[in-house]
Amino acid sequence: MPRRDDIRHVLVIGSGPIVIGQACEFDYSGTQACRVLRDEGIRVSLVNSNPATIMTDPEFADATYVEPITPEFVEKVIEAERDAGFPVTAILATLGGQTALNTAIALHDNGALARHGIELIGADVESIQRGEDRLKFKEIVLGVGGEVPRSAVCHSMEEVRAAVGELGLPVVIRPSFTMGGLGSGMAHTEADLERLAGGGLAASPVTEVLIEESVLGWKEFELELMRDRHDNVVVICSIENIDPMGVHTGDSITVAPAMTLTDREYQHMRDVGIAVLRAVGVDTGGCNIQFAVHPETGRLVVIEMNPRVSRSSALASKATGFPIAKIAARLAVGYTLDEIRNDITGETLAAFEPTLDYVAVKIPRFAFEKFPGADPELTTTMKSVGEAMALGRSFPEALGKALRSMEATAAGFWTTPDPVGDPQIRVPVDGRIYEVERALRSGATVAEVAAETGIDPWFLDQILALTELRTEILDAPVLESVLLRRAKRAGISDRQIAALRPELAGEDGVRTLRHRLGVRPVYKTVDTCAAEFRALTPYHYSAYETDPGAESEIAAQPDRPKVLILGSGPNRIGQGIEFDYSCVHAVMALREAGFETVMVNCNPETVSTDYDTADRLYFEPLTFEDVLEVVHAEQESGTVVGVIVQLGGQTPLGLAARLTAAGVPVVGTSAAAIDLAEDRGAFGEVLRRAGLPAPSFGMATTFDSAREIAARIGYPVLVRPSYVLGGRGMEIVYDDETLAGYIARATTISDERPVLVDRFLDDAVEIDVDALCDGVEVFVGGVMEHIEEAGIHSGDSSCTLPPVTLGRSVIEAVRRSTEAIAHGIGVRGLLNVQYALHGETLYVLEANPRASRTVPFVSKATAVPLAKAAARIMLGATIAELRGEGLLPAEGDGGELPPDAPVAVKEAVLPFNRFRTADGRGVDPLLGPEMKSTGEVMGIDASFGPAFAKSQAAAYGSLPATGRVFVSVADRDKRAMVFPIRRLADLGFEILATDGTADVLRRNGLTTTVVRKHSAGGETIVDLILDGQVDMIINTPYGNSGPRVDGYEIRAAAVSRGVPCITTVQGAAAAVQGIEAEAAGRIGVRSLQETHAQLQKART
Amino acid sequence: MSGRSTRAVLVLEDGRIFRGEAYGALGTGLGEAVFTTGMTGYQETLTDPSYHRQIVVQTAPQIGNTGWNDEDDESAGIQVAGYVVRDPSRSASNWRSTGSLADALREQGIVSVSGIDTRALVRHLRERGAMRAGVFSGDDLAADDVLVQRVLDSPRMEGSDLFGAVTTREPYVVPAVGATRFRVAALDVGIKSNTPRMLAQRGVETHVLPASSTIEQVEGFDGFFLSNGPGDPATADGPVALTRQVLERRIPLFGICFGNQILGRALGRGTYKLPYGHRGINIPVIEHATGRVAITSQNHGFAVEGEAGEEFDTPFGAARITHTCPNDGCVEGLALVDAPAFSVQYHPEAAAGPHDAADLFDRFVDLMAATAEGRSTEGSR
Repeated sequence: MPRRDDIRHVLVIGSGPIVIGQACEFDYSGTQACRVLRDEGIRVSLVNSNPATIMTDPEFADATYVEPITPEFVEKVIEAERDAGFPVTAILATLGGQTALNTAIALHDNGALARHGIELIGADVESIQRGEDRLKFKEIVLGVGGEVPRSAVCHSMEEVRAAVGELGLPVVIRPSFTMGGLGSGMAHTEADLERLAGGGLAASPVTEVLIEESVLGWKEFELELMRDRHDNVVVICSIENIDPMGVHTGDSITVAPAMTLTDREYQHMRDVGIAVLRAVGVDTGGCNIQFAVHPETGRLVVIEMNPRVSRSSALASKATGFPIAKIAARLAVGYTLDEIRNDITGETLAAFEPTLDYVAVKIPRFAFEKFPGADPELTTTMKSVGEAMALGRSFPEALGKALRSMEATAAGFWTTPDPVGDPQIRVPVDGRIYEVERALRSGATVAEVAAETGIDPWFLDQILALTELRTEILDAPVLESVLLRRAKRAGISDRQIAALRPELAGEDGVRTLRHRLGVRPVYKTVDTCAAEFRALTPYHYSAYETDPGAESEIAAQPDRPKVLILGSGPNRIGQGIEFDYSCVHAVMALREAGFETVMVNCNPETVSTDYDTADRLYFEPLTFEDVLEVVHAEQESGTVVGVIVQLGGQTPLGLAARLTAAGVPVVGTSAAAIDLAEDRGAFGEVLRRAGLPAPSFGMATTFDSAREIAARIGYPVLVRPSYVLGGRGMEIVYDDETLAGYIARATTISDERPVLVDRFLDDAVEIDVDALCDGVEVFVGGVMEHIEEAGIHSGDSSCTLPPVTLGRSVIEAVRRSTEAIAHGIGVRGLLNVQYALHGETLYVLEANPRASRTVPFVSKATAVPLAKAAARIMLGATIAELRGEGLLPAEGDGGELPPDAPVAVKEAVLPFNRFRTADGRGVDPLLGPEMKSTGEVMGIDASFGPAFAKSQAAAYGSLPATGRVFVSVADRDKRAMVFPIRRLADLGFEILATDGTADVLRRNGLTTTVVRKHSAGGETIVDLILDGQVDMIINTPYGNSGPRVDGYEIRAAAVSRGVPCITTVQGAAAAVQGIEAEAAGRIGVRSLQETHAQLQKART
Repeated sequence: MSGRSTRAVLVLEDGRIFRGEAYGALGTGLGEAVFTTGMTGYQETLTDPSYHRQIVVQTAPQIGNTGWNDEDDESAGIQVAGYVVRDPSRSASNWRSTGSLADALREQGIVSVSGIDTRALVRHLRERGAMRAGVFSGDDLAADDVLVQRVLDSPRMEGSDLFGAVTTREPYVVPAVGATRFRVAALDVGIKSNTPRMLAQRGVETHVLPASSTIEQVEGFDGFFLSNGPGDPATADGPVALTRQVLERRIPLFGICFGNQILGRALGRGTYKLPYGHRGINIPVIEHATGRVAITSQNHGFAVEGEAGEEFDTPFGAARITHTCPNDGCVEGLALVDAPAFSVQYHPEAAAGPHDAADLFDRFVDLMAATAEGRSTEGSR
């Protein structure tokens, strides 16, 4: 069947900010969809509030709306397009995660789709509901002869208790229509049940939870399937979870293909999966079905289905090479699988099932260290913030590569000292695999470990074999080539070998030996077909073979000079999609400039690891060893003129010095210059020479020395360990007592690792700058003014571009300082500087000679592709040349935007609702100097008020237009709070306040309703919030030296109910402006293309 | 991964040699080197008679994970002439497992090689075509040129009459499950256990007959089934002649794989050797009548001449190419337009492989039902 010709204009809905359970995989899938639809000659409009995505680059859609993904805003987009003469004919929501799917359903429910005559393509409302409504889904599975865990759907706590009476504890609780398993969990006790089921009912938009027979400890599998409108179905990939049922698949170590199924069992799973997919009726596109298999009886039950492209689909695409999202988009517009070519072979069709001659292992990346107090046990609620995948020719090889891709403290087995005590393997936590290895090494049998963990004995035996190999490596008199090759083939890194054989003088010694013995990896190709057909797609991974006839498959590339771009590895807090964005832009710019581009990365969720982003892709860990081997392979097959390390965040930047020392042509800012910015003393010298002030600081190794420094520079002080990223372990301390507590907790403090004590600039305005420097000229990309005061990590605070309260003289000072720093360090490429404006003084807080998180935001707000320009500068172009080419504006820069430039507001999105303490309470959603956000959104409009309102709507749902606002602020904030609260009262809000705040407001002529503090007992503010009687909360913390019980309970309640909760005075003032804009009906939508055209016109 | 290993080599007739470690039995195995891309089902593959005198290369890199069980054999034992894998599993993990793959190979004398770069080998076979090969280990190891000569001295697959070696000596009956609706004569040129099993589930009693059976032994059955099997179909003159007699008598006929080639030859079509064959469980087949795609299990090195959708005359009336493989246009199914006979080149009985094409057995049963009804209508006239 050819493509439908009645689909002329598709609105693609993205997934919004990166949150736990919904990460950049949907940028990858959405980007592919946009490309495909436009190739088909279909007009594409796009809504996505996340500026860090590639899909929101203006060239990927005809009209790109960086607007909140809410039914109201999406309908505004539909109307704007209609008014422009382009009525939307269809909405594609199956590639934008749960956010897009929920929005599409809401547009159906509120009649908008019918009103505008729009069809949902991919999956219709009925099939989405059949897939997601647990009761309907269960009936479907039973109807096709499949089995499900016994269960009951409940809408109240009474029903929950009755159901558990039947099923017995433990039971699993799963709220309907939440993403990433939000709100689900395992109840072992009555208390667990009350808490989880109560929370689940609240989290579900339809107040529905499923109470289910426990399949805890069963084997867990997933299938990725695709169906076309001719009812052809194919299975793209099977995935086996190493962690058994009970751990969310997003938090499990997973393996593709399934390793422990016979054909009979696999085909049964496939039959059930296909029958379920047909019965649910997903018309076209991808879906994911999850199964549990009893390890002793083989009983197979269907757990759930996602009637859309999912995180697992992205993983399956990268694991197999089969581009699920791209094909799903083609199917959605009417093609059938047999009409679509398989890009990889160029001759076979999409109607087939990929087969693998390698093993893919995915490991999740967690961020528990950011949320002290959060319960680290892994459950059915997803908690990981990112993942890495590795490919190898065997499970151990892929596991070893995946472990060292995590960029955690341990880089694979044996690379850190064993913890004391017996191995802890029963409770699933981050890093349990290390304990499993230790248990097997300490003599536990495979059967014992399998019984404790539920991990299949096959995987355990593979790990046991590694421990035996470890013994061989330890015991061998000399590490000869046969044993070394066997070790490498088992995925063991040079660093691991170095840890076992200290006499080899470390990793470098092992590498020297290895190269001398000629032990190097070969590079194989991911081709969907196990080499049955010739592959056109240069998607490679390394493997070691013992066979002397082993082959590498890198084609010679003699024509163009090659540039390697190192990606950013697994997403984590502080290093996410923004860096992938910059890497992808570098690829695009350098390709266009005539270079051959080579991408190295290990994050399966990203656009950069799409096989047709760069000319060649290496899916490899970003360690020194792995990168060096890739560089070698590339040098063997052509001329490498540059390796780019400054776009992928701290991960590749950290390799700069060693790569340079190894003779690799690192381009852009030199390793020595990077050191100047990162070394506290050297950077201080750069500032001193340029005459730029920085907050006073000192370094302490004891409490006494810290107290002396604090006394000298004055409280409050900012304390942090040296050599950390993303504000790890940073705190603001107001007195000696809390300083003593901090030092006592800082266990790693030593002469080599002192604690930094900085003067903290209370009430300062923080300013962020992204700039380019070519060695001669500095181009200021944008000057961002933080809305929260200094002290909140820049990644967590909202900011506005252009600045809304800074005068020209300040901007001028920022420009001069940035220029001085860029030249002082010797930047070639991108630079990010953070300033604090305290009174009249502009202090320099820090400078990072690399792409920052804000590069995509700035690029979108100012219509200047900073990362592309940076990549060109690194390869020798000058800013003047790029101005001439038109890549940069002919005149001026982002420091001096046209007077009618739009205002863009960036807001951070925080994951507090994902975490619970061990006793089941929420964690404190408090901001501080340690970054906690997972993602960001952009609100863009003609002025600050509407832009801020959009940013809030995009991040948290809309700000309230009417209702009750609860106010409780620290003493120091009370005065500043009067004006915004008065404005809210004028707008018709009822003001609730605790007595202290109420007193101040009353004296300022404001009537408030006094409510009890939580600690006072009786019906308190916490009860009111939980009861849904409060529409917005303004609650500023009392210092930052530990939770004050009231504030903690209030904020935790706000998070659990999803009530907007503002924790700074500046945020409150901004919110008031946003509410005013909404009340005045001044909020419309506008495409980025129009906005950029306006900016570009104003510049000429 | 640990322990001492013994050398073993895979020698190809073009002189390329892959060196690995011995696995399974020690000795010599000679046959045609072919690769299969299935990620599951090594037990079914190894026991499939169609792999007789072939050295099977497994593209899936880790093999033996689920061990060996008493239920999944597709014939009396392992049929392959040699086995080549990258990483054999040290342990077996599955609730049905009763032993290890390594033990099964050793006990049944299958000379195997592990530790070679199977991907490099597959790329070689893909470019040069399936070819004669030998696996050698233990006392049978010798100088490279000696081993190459031993391979060159072995018979080629073209012209090899192999079904005689795998057919049953005595007829046997697989009863229907429940009431018997039909009785089928199945000509065993290498039949897999799952075929009678699937017929039985549909109320068919299957009489599995030796390949040398005559028309007299077939007459009186409700249907005639042509099984899969090894070797060059051009050598199958006996079964081809028998098939012509069956067609003349309009006994409903269904053929699979080698059976498709026999029917093709009976209808006057030629057969030819594919460069490296179709062996896997992920192979798409388009049915031209509906345009639907089935993902099929396949194992064939030869194919019937023809084009997608082509119609041609035969002594038994018009025939049609009903199915082809979109990857290379290879004929995957034939049928007579006005007579009850059809066949497919792929494996609806799967094992290993997907069950997408299982409805072909229903079609065969329907054909027998329609024919029986037609006869009874004729009889009552």
